[in-house]
Amino acid sequence: MAVETFYYDNKIVRNFGFATIAWGIVGMLVGVIIAIQLYVPWLSFNLPWTTFGRLRPLHTNAVVFAFAGNAIFTGAYYSLMRLTKARMFSDTLSKIHFWGWQLIIVLAALSFVFGITTSKEYAELEWPIDILITIIWVVFAINMFGTIAKRRERHLYVAIWFYISTVITVAVLHIVNSMELPVHLLKSYSVYAGVQDALTQWWYGHNAVAFFLTTPFLGLMYYFLPKAANRPVFSYKLSIVHFWSLIFIYIWAGPHHLIYTALPDWAQTLGTVFSIALIAPSWGGMLNGLLTLRGAWDRVREDPILKFMVVGVTAYGMSTFEGPMLSIKSINAITHYTDWTIAHVHVGALGWNGFITFGMLYWLWPRIFQTKLHSVKQANLHFWIGTLGIIFYALPMYWAGLTQSLMWKEFTADGFLQYPNFLETVQQIVPMYIVRSIGGTMFLAGTCIGAWNMFKTAAAGTLLANEKAEAPALEKDFKEPQGAHWHQWLEGKAVHFTVWATVAILIGGAVEMIPMYTVKSNVPTIASVKPYTPLELEGRDIYIREGCNNCHSQMIRPFRSETERYGEYSKAGEFVYDHPFLWGSKRTGPDLHRIGGKYPDAWHYNHMDDPRLMSPGSLMPRYSWLLEDDLDTQYTATKIEVMQTLGVPYAEGYAGQALNDLKTQAEQIAANLRTQGVANADASKEIIALIAYLQRLGTDIKGNAVSQAVHK
Amino acid sequence: MIRNVLESISGIEIYPIISLLIFISFFIFIITWVVKLDKKTVSKLENMPLDDDDQSQISGRK
Repeated sequence: MAVETFYYDNKIVRNFGFATIAWGIVGMLVGVIIAIQLYVPWLSFNLPWTTFGRLRPLHTNAVVFAFAGNAIFTGAYYSLMRLTKARMFSDTLSKIHFWGWQLIIVLAALSFVFGITTSKEYAELEWPIDILITIIWVVFAINMFGTIAKRRERHLYVAIWFYISTVITVAVLHIVNSMELPVHLLKSYSVYAGVQDALTQWWYGHNAVAFFLTTPFLGLMYYFLPKAANRPVFSYKLSIVHFWSLIFIYIWAGPHHLIYTALPDWAQTLGTVFSIALIAPSWGGMLNGLLTLRGAWDRVREDPILKFMVVGVTAYGMSTFEGPMLSIKSINAITHYTDWTIAHVHVGALGWNGFITFGMLYWLWPRIFQTKLHSVKQANLHFWIGTLGIIFYALPMYWAGLTQSLMWKEFTADGFLQYPNFLETVQQIVPMYIVRSIGGTMFLAGTCIGAWNMFKTAAAGTLLANEKAEAPALEKDFKEPQGAHWHQWLEGKAVHFTVWATVAILIGGAVEMIPMYTVKSNVPTIASVKPYTPLELEGRDIYIREGCNNCHSQMIRPFRSETERYGEYSKAGEFVYDHPFLWGSKRTGPDLHRIGGKYPDAWHYNHMDDPRLMSPGSLMPRYSWLLEDDLDTQYTATKIEVMQTLGVPYAEGYAGQALNDLKTQAEQIAANLRTQGVANADASKEIIALIAYLQRLGTDIKGNAVSQAVHK
Repeated sequence: MIRNVLESISGIEIYPIISLLIFISFFIFIITWVVKLDKKTVSKLENMPLDDDDQSQISGRK
C-alpha cells in the first residue's frame, strides 16, 4: 500500500487553546465576583445587570461551555487527527465550529446579563441560541465522523470512543431538555411542567456533567496522560470496561439531584442505586489513569504537566466517590441545598476539568509552537497556587455546608427550632464565604500565570500550522482475518460503535423518563390548584428573569425541620402548571414555596427596594428597579395562549380578557400597599406583579384537605 | 402520597426489575468481550497514542 503524505491542522488546535484560556479567565473572574458579592451585597451596585441571580448562570455557563468546552475541542481535534492519522474532514467546518462556538458564548454572556433565561440550570439559554448550539454541534459531529470515515488507522483508540459518546449524548440531552414553546424571540416556556420538567432537567443536568465534563475529559486523559508519561495506559482492557459501564450507568443517575423532593420515590431510588454503582467504573478510570504512571513517579516530581494530571485524576476520584455518597438519602438530607454541593462541584471543576486542561495545554503548546515552554518555574508556580486555591475553596465550603445544615435542623429541648431566623444560619457562614473567595482568587491567579506562560511560549516559537505526517491508506476491501474476535466488528467500525453507544445511553434515559411522562394523568391532581392569574404569571417571569431560583428553592422536603420552618411540605400536584419548574438547587436564602401570605404586601415592596431594611444583615442584592420599571404587558395575552397550548386549563378565549384581569389585580395590590403605608404605590410597576406571584406561592392547598388525590 | 402515585401506575414494579436485568446482562456482555480480547490486539491498541511520537526532541524531553 502506498504511503500517503498529509498534514495535521494545528491552527485550529491553537485557536481553541487560546479561547480556552481566555474564557477561563473570564468565567473564573465572574466566579470570584459573585463569591465576593455573597458577603458584600452592595457590589451589585443596585444595577439589574450585575446581580448574583444573573451573574451566577454567566459564571457556570462560562466555565462549563466556554472554558471546558473549548478545552475539549482543543484536545479532541489534536488527538483525533493523530489517532485516525488524518487531517480533520473539513477545514471550513473546523472554522465554522470554532467561530460558531465563540459566537454562542458571546450571545450567552449578553443574554444572561440582560436577564434572558429559561431558568433551567446549565440550559438557561433561550430558544434561538439553543437552535444555534444544535447547528454548531451538528457541524462538529459531521467534522468528527467525517474524519473518522477517512481515517488511515483501522482501530479506534478508546479516546475516540469517549468523544463519540460525548457528541451523541450531548445532542440527545440538549434537544430533549430544550423543548420549549416560544412566546417571542427572547422568551419561551418549557413544554414540560413541574415534576416532569424537574426530572428532565436533572436527567440533563446530571448527564451534562457526565458527557460534557467527564467523558470528553476521560478521552483527553486516555490520550494525553500516556503522551505526557511516555508509556501506554495501564490497562487497555480496563479502559473498555470503564467506557461501557460508565456511559451505561451514568445516564440513569440523574434523579439523585431530586432526593426527598416531590419526585416519585421509585425514581429517586433508581437514581441512588445507579449512583452507587457508578463508583466502580469511575474508580476504574481513575486507577487506570494513576497506574499509567507506575514506574514514572520520579518524573512527577519534576514535570509540572504530570503534576497537573495527577492532581486532576485524583480530584476526579474524589468527586466521583463523593457524588455517590451524596446520593444516599440520609446524607443527601444533610448536604442538599447547602454549600456542600458547591464544594463538591468545584473539586470536580477546578481539580479534574481545570487541571487536566492545564496539563494538556502545557504539553501541547511547546509542540505546536516548536519551542520549549517559556518557563517551567512559572508552570510549577501555577500548579501550586492552583492546588492551594482548590483547598482554600473546597474546605470552607464543606464547613459552611455542614454548619448551615446542622443549624437548619437544630431543635431546642422544647421542640422548637433553635435558629428560626434563616439569617442566623447565613451570618454564621460568612467567614467561610470570605475564605472561599480567597481560594477562588488564588485559582484565578494561577490561570493568569498559565495564560502568560502560554502567550510567551507562543511568542517565542512559530506555529507549525500544517504538521507533516505519513501513513499508508486503509485497504478498501479489507477482510477480517480468520478467527478475528467479534469485538473487532464493534470496535473497528465507527458506525456500529456509534449505534451501540447510542442504544446504551437511550435505554437508561427511556426507562427513567417514559414512566414519568406517562404518569402525567396519575400525578395526584389537587382540586384546589389553579393556573396562575395573568399578573402572577408576569410576576413569575420576573422571578425567572432575575434568577431568584439561583438562591431560593421552592421545594420543601418532608422533614420536621423544614415543615416547622417553612410550612407544609411540597406535593407533586402543586406544580402541574409550572412551565418551567422552579424548585432550585441551593438555599443561599430561605425556601419560598410557602412564602405566599406569610408577610404583608408592603414587606415585599420594601424588601425588594433594600433587603436590609426588612432583614438586617441580609446578603440579598437590592432590586429597586422593580419599583420604578413599568410592567411590560404586551405579551401577556400571548403568554396565556402559549400556556393553553401546553395544556394549562385557562377558559376558552381567556387571553382576550387577561389584560383586564391583570389590571384589576394590580390595582388591588397597589391599594393594599397604600393602606400598608406605601403612599406612592403604583399599579403599573413590575414590583406589583412580583408581589402577586410571591403572595400566591404555595397558597393553593392552604385551608384545604391536603392531597385530594384523584386517581383515574 | 408517594405510595399512592406508585400504586396508581400499573405495573410500575417492572421498571426497576427491567433496569437491573438490562444492566447485568450488559455488564456480563462487556466482561466476556474483554476477557476474550487477545494480547496482540491489546498491545497494538494501547500503543496507538505513542505511535507518532517523533517530536520528543522539540520539548527537550525523552
